[in-house]
Amino acid sequence: MNLKIDLQEGKKESVLYLDGEVDVYTAPNLKESLYPLAEESGKKVIVDLKNVNYIDSTGLGIFIGALKATDKSNSKLVIRGVDARVKRLFEITGLNEVMDIVSDQREEV
Amino acid sequence: MEDKKLTMYHLYKEMLNNYMQSKSEHTLYSAQQFSKEMLEKDMSPEEVVSLHKSVITELVNDPSGELLDSFDLLLEVMIGYGLAHREHLSLRDRQRQLDSELNVAARMQQSLLPNNKIEVEAVDFGVKSVPAGKMSGDYYHYFVDEHGNIGAAVADVIGKGVPAAMCMSMIKYAMDSLPEQRLQPAALLENLNRVVARNIDDDMFITMVYGSYDSKKHQFHFASAGHEPCLYYSADTDDFHELKTKGLVLGVSSKVRYEEYVRDLNPGDFIVLLSDGVTECRINGEFIEMKHIKQIIRKYKHLSAQQMVDQVYSELEKIQEFQLRDDFTLLILRRNV
Repeated sequence: MNLKIDLQEGKKESVLYLDGEVDVYTAPNLKESLYPLAEESGKKVIVDLKNVNYIDSTGLGIFIGALKATDKSNSKLVIRGVDARVKRLFEITGLNEVMDIVSDQREEV
Repeated sequence: MEDKKLTMYHLYKEMLNNYMQSKSEHTLYSAQQFSKEMLEKDMSPEEVVSLHKSVITELVNDPSGELLDSFDLLLEVMIGYGLAHREHLSLRDRQRQLDSELNVAARMQQSLLPNNKIEVEAVDFGVKSVPAGKMSGDYYHYFVDEHGNIGAAVADVIGKGVPAAMCMSMIKYAMDSLPEQRLQPAALLENLNRVVARNIDDDMFITMVYGSYDSKKHQFHFASAGHEPCLYYSADTDDFHELKTKGLVLGVSSKVRYEEYVRDLNPGDFIVLLSDGVTECRINGEFIEMKHIKQIIRKYKHLSAQQMVDQVYSELEKIQEFQLRDDFTLLILRRNV
């Protein structure tokens, strides 16, 4: 399974659209795209997971690394569009308490 | 060396001669067997061509020499294959060496796990842990104090293989250095988290659930650092409950407080600690349902705790067609009396 990564970069806000599975195989690509954004100071980095239905622990590690980087650079990391399975993962790991996680607002089709 | 070549020469000549006269399938089969012998004697592809050329020179009459000359070209062509063959041999040796190093490491890792038997009247205890590869990213721990109280933990290091295994040994030694907290789950996780946060890469983390069983009050105290929820089985209602907890994974931030929870156990009740290798096991690409795991555990509840974890493992291994995708750890603690 692959992961498609699309970046929409704005001045104050960048959105990273992910499509696929974030796992041990795709995590290095995500790291390459996400970390440089997280290291820029005073920025809001939004990761859109609307089209992601599986994240494994290596994938989760990338988000933790990004969180640490945004804390250092005075930026903000927002995860949005999580479905029920991904949301459960963020809840079990307690990351929902330290990360800004916005559930998928779309109406169920 | 020369002897060896001579023997090979004679054998090959006899075989080729046979074949040219009989064209028999049987000789073709002997040639296949012979190639194994050549490989064992480390003959390179170009040596084989050279052998063939010498033998055939003796056996056939080729007045113009054109056919024989063509083998010189073939010999040159085979040199590349010969190089590849030698590279394969050296990689194979290297592979064997790595394998044996990994086996040593795996044995060492095994020695980090407790292996004493828990003999406490109040409690029936069982644990099963199987790595997906040689090294495991799962860790379990247990100990009994002089009053028969038990501390037990299951931890899962992100990722698999060697890096996860090295991280696991850090957990083991950090826990050993915290003897006073062995029956205080929340305090233990807080201390452990400080060690892990200082020593771990930015994108690594560890999940852990720690519980302590009070053998007098029959209470299970537990706290979780982002780990899969434990299951509580009530013998009275024959029901499983997920023990919901809050708590961040270890290694994200050094200032984390963990909440401690408590559950009273009646005789026959048990607690299940597991790693995500259990809950994330996939059958034909689909994740197994928690409901299904509970059914499997329930099926073996009449057995001892150790037999239960063994049986649950065998059954999950079977439905995954004996190919574990992730490290597997299952620990059961049941109140006896």
